[in-house]
Amino acid sequence: MNTLYTMGIDIGSTASKCVILKDGKEIVSKSLVSVGAGTSGPSRAIAEVLENGGLKREDMAFVLATGYGRNSLEIADKQMSELSCHAHGAHFLFPNVHTVIDIGGQDAKVLHVGDDGNLVNFVMNDKCAAGTGRFLDVMARVLEVDVGDLAGLGAKSQVQVEISSTCTVFAESEVISQLAKGTDRCDIIDGIHRSVAGRVGGLARRVGVQPDVVMTGGVARNCGVLHALEKELNTEIQTSPLAQYNGALGAALFAFEKCR
Amino acid sequence: MNDKEKAEQAPVSAEAAPVKKKKTQSPGVLALQKVVNDVYQAARDAKKEGKLVGWSSSKFPCEIAETFDLNVVYPENQAAGIAAHHDDTRLCTIAENEGYDADICSYARINLAYAMGNETTNEGRRMPMPDFVLCCNNICNCMTKWYENIARIHNIPLIMVDIPYSNYPEVDDDFVAYVRGQFDIAIKQLEELTGKKFDEEKFKRVCGYANRTANAWLKVCDYLQYKPSPMSGFDLFNHMADVVTARGKKETAEAFELLASELEENLKTGKSTLPFPEQHRIMMEGIPPWPHLRELFKPLKEHGLNVTAVVYAPAFAFRFNDVEGMARSYAVAPNSVCLEKGVDWRSQLCKDNKVDGALVHYNRACKAWSGYMPEMQRRWQNELGIPVVGYDGDQADSRNFNAAQYETRVQALVEAMEEADRKKESGK
Repeated sequence: MNTLYTMGIDIGSTASKCVILKDGKEIVSKSLVSVGAGTSGPSRAIAEVLENGGLKREDMAFVLATGYGRNSLEIADKQMSELSCHAHGAHFLFPNVHTVIDIGGQDAKVLHVGDDGNLVNFVMNDKCAAGTGRFLDVMARVLEVDVGDLAGLGAKSQVQVEISSTCTVFAESEVISQLAKGTDRCDIIDGIHRSVAGRVGGLARRVGVQPDVVMTGGVARNCGVLHALEKELNTEIQTSPLAQYNGALGAALFAFEKCR
Repeated sequence: MNDKEKAEQAPVSAEAAPVKKKKTQSPGVLALQKVVNDVYQAARDAKKEGKLVGWSSSKFPCEIAETFDLNVVYPENQAAGIAAHHDDTRLCTIAENEGYDADICSYARINLAYAMGNETTNEGRRMPMPDFVLCCNNICNCMTKWYENIARIHNIPLIMVDIPYSNYPEVDDDFVAYVRGQFDIAIKQLEELTGKKFDEEKFKRVCGYANRTANAWLKVCDYLQYKPSPMSGFDLFNHMADVVTARGKKETAEAFELLASELEENLKTGKSTLPFPEQHRIMMEGIPPWPHLRELFKPLKEHGLNVTAVVYAPAFAFRFNDVEGMARSYAVAPNSVCLEKGVDWRSQLCKDNKVDGALVHYNRACKAWSGYMPEMQRRWQNELGIPVVGYDGDQADSRNFNAAQYETRVQALVEAMEEADRKKESGK
């Protein structure tokens, strides 16, 4: 039987991610460009993933696009919602998954996944940025730290500080007033992580939390948020170094199913 | 210039409405459109002739005004028309500049801006300024202050009927007596305003037409139970205008009866008003975001979704024969009934109309409706076991809707419904 290569591309609001799968089983190449829909990100991510794998577009049996910018990608054979793709991707990485918490650049979603990795039900955040990656970006800017350093700094917290989860603007002004009071930056960051966890925890309870619980999306790299969510939901949450590629991985899996 | 003077100068200049290509409509649909257009035209003519014109909330009994031969128009219907005509943001902004908060219902903001003398670009929905207002708060409580404000702007009588939220599934006699007493007072107030005696016989005739309208309307709604349906459920949103503005008119009853006969014919010939094959059937919960009907419809068409359940629609079918019955009937409205009853309505409708999933509009304009919806949704979703998706929007403020977010949710709903179908087929 000939080898089947399929490509999944997840064009998010803040990043473009690509995954190439061999026979629906093995990840042979992946790429990530930190700009998303409406930018050069998608084409750069595609060029990179092909180059990394030593492959050409013609080698791809099927290309499936997902994410916010999915409908603008001309080379895609099909588009699917990122919700189904995240469910599928998480099931590939964690076969016993039943709940996926995905926090991306501008949305947060909680998925109920069936035994076979298909989407059963889901909830998403409303238009508010609280509880999303953008919320963390805004707070990192106010605190003058890199967003990638938030987890490490938050882990050093000694005193519990409460930050509102109602609104990004309210929370930003709370952070500024805490800084003005001389509150330790690490304590504020820990409060920010719990704020995100509180917001997303509310979403998760609406759809129902069933083990195994897996966290995906860019924010999954922040173990401060992940641990805060574990406390909030009183459950163990797993993640993977591939968390940010999860949507693209799911898309590549669906692509394989489409051409099988 | 004060608000009343400004209002009296209306209409002021307004942009001409964009010319739209019209699709061919059936005689029944044309008759329904004529009924609503006639309501507005009759009010404009009455004003010119120096007769009284009233503004009324959608669930103040139109049967009373009809009995008095009063010309009445409906701000909620007008606001929906204005929003569908994309004149919502301009009027909402005017109201906000006058101090009405953006959190207030968008229908109210549009209408208050209009009441202050700001004409709309939707020429078909232009209303003369009111000489009195009729308010019944069974549909929402924002209505009370909204109508008080109109009455103050124009210094005109406010005829108010308070129908509180009911904590129990059934309406008891004390509740009915409270409402009935207010209807009696409202009738007296209208007798004084018009100088006419309330004609009981005419009222019975009007009730007869309203009952005929209700029966025909429910018959139309019930055609959505057929699978595939001979109609697009989206049509109900358009036909709502008739049940809101002209329930007590003979012409309305006849137009709905004509529409029902057309649907019956569709059923026999296998036709449908749905402009694409029906692949999935969904409930659409809440008033739609009128400024975005095109965006709302686009992914439904792409994925073959027919809206076969709209809880708002059958709720406008009132049937009664006397003032007591009217009080009992109007005590029950979507936002005045308790959570349990709201859950039952939706569960039953979804079962009868065989839906595979649901789209819930979390409507920023309507705090009453959207406020209790998460819990209500949780209950009927558990009962029905279907995928349900919520989206954010606003019935008449286009600034509160995002088409890309909506499309993603609809696509995911379709994927979840397809998955449920696959499981059903494989017997899992």
